[in-house]
Amino acid sequence: MTTDTDTSSTDGTASQDRPAADGGRRHRKHDAHGAPGSAPRPGRPGITGRRLAAWAAGTAGVLLLVLLPLLNISLPGVLPGPSYTPGSLQLLAMCMLMAAAALTYHLLLGVAGLLSFGHALYFGAGVYGLAIILQNLDIPLLPAMGLTLLIVIVLAHVVGSISLRVSGIPFAMVTLAFAQAGSVIVGRNPEGKTGGDEGLTLRTDNLPDVLVGVVNTRNLYWLALAVLVAVFLIVTWVQSSRAGHAAAAVRENELRVRVLGLQPYLVKLLIFVVSAVLVCIIGMAFLLLQSGAVPRAVSSDLTVTLLVMVVLGGVGSRWGAVIGGVFYTILDQRLTTLANSEAVKSLPDVLRVPLSEPLFILGTLFILVVIFLPGGITGTAERLAQRRNRGQRSATHDARTPGDLLEDAA
Amino acid sequence: MSTAAESRATEPRPVLRVESLFATIAGQQVVEDVSFTVPATGITALLGRNGVGKTSTIKAIIGLIDRAGTVELDGVRIEKEATFKIIRSGVGYVPEDREVFSKLTVAENLRLAERDAAPRRQLVEELFPDLLARSAQMAGTLSGGQQQMVSLARALLNTNKILLVDEPTKGLAPKIVGEVAETLAEAAKTVPILLVEQNLHVVRQLAEGAVVLSGGRVVHTGPALEFLDDAGLIQRHLGVSTDAAHSGNPAEKGAAL
Amino acid sequence: MSTLVLLLFTGLGLGALYFLVAAGLSLIYGLMGVLNFAHGAFLTLGAFTGWEIARRTGSDNWGTFLLSLVIGAAAGAAFAAFTEFVLIRRLYQRHIEQVLVTVGLSLAAVALFDGIWGTDPVYIQGPAWFKDTTEILGARIPNDRFVCIVAAVLVLLALVFFLQKTRYGMIIRAGVENRSMVTALGIDVRKAFTLVFTIGGAAAGLGGVLASHYFGYVSPMLGGSLLIFAFIVTVIGGLGSLTGAAIAAVAVAVLQQFANFYLGGTGDFVVVLALALVLLFRPTGLLGRTA
Repeated sequence: MTTDTDTSSTDGTASQDRPAADGGRRHRKHDAHGAPGSAPRPGRPGITGRRLAAWAAGTAGVLLLVLLPLLNISLPGVLPGPSYTPGSLQLLAMCMLMAAAALTYHLLLGVAGLLSFGHALYFGAGVYGLAIILQNLDIPLLPAMGLTLLIVIVLAHVVGSISLRVSGIPFAMVTLAFAQAGSVIVGRNPEGKTGGDEGLTLRTDNLPDVLVGVVNTRNLYWLALAVLVAVFLIVTWVQSSRAGHAAAAVRENELRVRVLGLQPYLVKLLIFVVSAVLVCIIGMAFLLLQSGAVPRAVSSDLTVTLLVMVVLGGVGSRWGAVIGGVFYTILDQRLTTLANSEAVKSLPDVLRVPLSEPLFILGTLFILVVIFLPGGITGTAERLAQRRNRGQRSATHDARTPGDLLEDAA
Repeated sequence: MSTAAESRATEPRPVLRVESLFATIAGQQVVEDVSFTVPATGITALLGRNGVGKTSTIKAIIGLIDRAGTVELDGVRIEKEATFKIIRSGVGYVPEDREVFSKLTVAENLRLAERDAAPRRQLVEELFPDLLARSAQMAGTLSGGQQQMVSLARALLNTNKILLVDEPTKGLAPKIVGEVAETLAEAAKTVPILLVEQNLHVVRQLAEGAVVLSGGRVVHTGPALEFLDDAGLIQRHLGVSTDAAHSGNPAEKGAAL
Repeated sequence: MSTLVLLLFTGLGLGALYFLVAAGLSLIYGLMGVLNFAHGAFLTLGAFTGWEIARRTGSDNWGTFLLSLVIGAAAGAAFAAFTEFVLIRRLYQRHIEQVLVTVGLSLAAVALFDGIWGTDPVYIQGPAWFKDTTEILGARIPNDRFVCIVAAVLVLLALVFFLQKTRYGMIIRAGVENRSMVTALGIDVRKAFTLVFTIGGAAAGLGGVLASHYFGYVSPMLGGSLLIFAFIVTVIGGLGSLTGAAIAAVAVAVLQQFANFYLGGTGDFVVVLALALVLLFRPTGLLGRTA
């Protein structure tokens, strides 16, 4: 057997959000001019203190969000109205659901290193599944949700087990193909069940009253918040579980994990199904919020949107996924308003055409971020923070780029 | 190391000087603070156990993996150059496992390797008559020995300042091992060679100097024969019994690791 | 019998389009390891450019049609070369970032096309002969199918000739097998990269013009919908293999037509099923390299 250097990076520390010691080793190519040898980890008390502070801040943030519909906070330029108005609550709820969806994509991409282009299939399955079941069966909400969940578990299992036969780029293409099949089925409107291009309105007969109607947007907002918090906690739990550590180890070096007797395929499949289930739940909440299913929910565009959110926020970071989700949703909304504004309509064609297409701006922004700021928002923030704290040991850590995270996937 | 420093003052400049070379593959350190020189004539052997970093050192020298440190080819620093530029400046590379292009013919494999304005086709045809006969054959259908010849021929087609040859006898029958050794000896008459080899008989036959790696670091440099005759050193650094190094019979089982 | 023949030729025509897109994808991935999501945008640009030319010069004769083919291919080639040079090259060896950049580009490009030409399909006219049919074995085959087939065959022959008989073709063939060894022979593969991207873009642009005649319209979504099938074809045929792409393109398209007709419009679904089967039993595709 080989007698080469110590392989301690499989102890699972890689699953931490904050770049761990092995993250420093990964970037030794940058600082090999200086001291080689493993960078010592930051002292224990520092980490616990920092994490405690992070959790405290998070809880405070959640508390604020809970109270928001009862407050009169205005953010002109960001929110269409004061925070208690249905319009603003709708937007915020959408932001939170998208942030949650981005978190599930983070689990796939950032933790397990699976570049899936078919994640929207499970989101759409949640949206359309619940809509169709409610439309055609006379059962209350919770059993309907349970049934949808069951269907999606089976679906994810089947698609996942086939797709994971390959990895990296071929895997991406295959997941795309499966999602496309789903999208086509929805579009063809078999027996009128999916509503085709126009989508399906939500049948509210069997829904609890508190979730129906514009006047109850508040409740839907709180539902979205609950979903976001739940997904965040679950993702954190999975990430720091044995399965999560194993998935991260597989992402870094599949061969080594195989040698250790673990089954990379099963670990990846587990993460795949878990993230599909989570995004299905989010899809169901989305259906309630939007009062209807639209074909976009199952399109590859949506998966691409999630990918963009995660990369913008910073691959490998939960907070990056959340920030990316919120940032993108708000930016998309604002750009759409801008595109329809008088100011833009009066511009000469050369400027008007690009500015009237939000996706053009977002796509270009994405390209620029990938090329120049590969760590995304959180990565750039970290680098700026490091530059200010030059003396600390953690300065050897660099922002995670998607490439660093997914070297084997290529 | 001090031997090299002293001799630098009195002997002609080494063709290759490596100093504090570090290299990583996928974040793993595979070469750690390696320093040695290769004189401008003869064959220098790079020795060490399996997995110790010999191939990685070679790859780091020509930039196929991430590296840091100093690499000087004929007085010119190359550690920041792209691989193709380093090769173009006069390096012949014969990789471990041959790496011929199996879907190209022998002739195409050779044509692809032609780098200079005047490739030495005639020399290669003389040295490798068998390849000439097999010009139109797909390289993937050649035997291991024949593929090794293609790999060697590729390097010899051009005028180089140094040849980096990585385990050319690996997996080959004893007779072919002999042929490869002969070809290398012939080539060494005009170009210095850095040779990674596990087969100590071949090393004994060909090499003048030896650089020994262990754990990604250099643990011994000096004349090859001196090293090969020292049972203790061989055991410590290569983990093989001394019989293997002494016996003149290349068919000995203990020869290769 | 005549239905069979009609389905076969329609499938061959569609397969020709798939091949034109998949050929570039396959080579680009095989040589560079890049999954080019923007390939569909190359096609769409070619289609729109071809249409603009046809619109301005009178779209109903062979001369303008051939011109639109050439200009469409050139537009695709130019877009591809630009993409490689400005975006892909600076991310050398960072495969995932390269893929991400092509994703971003496809988003931005389609949005730009939406802005310039609008989201609605634009119906086009070609030479009158296209709308006529020719009778083969009792089936009436629309003539535009033949044009697609002939064009794809010519492109395939040209590509094979290029790969087998030119030095750059040799470099590309070797690079698809073992890129690092090609650099270790002193060859600058980056030129091959730009070349492969450009060729892929030209084929896609050509395919775009042909697709606009085959389907009868142009729209910003044209490239995207064909791209997904091109992905499937590339995976089934084996990444990096030109012949694999050709065989798979025909197989997938014909299968799709037959399933659509005999199995009630489930063509797309059947194709995905075929992909699943190939992956279960032969993950590297029919003729793919095993790496």
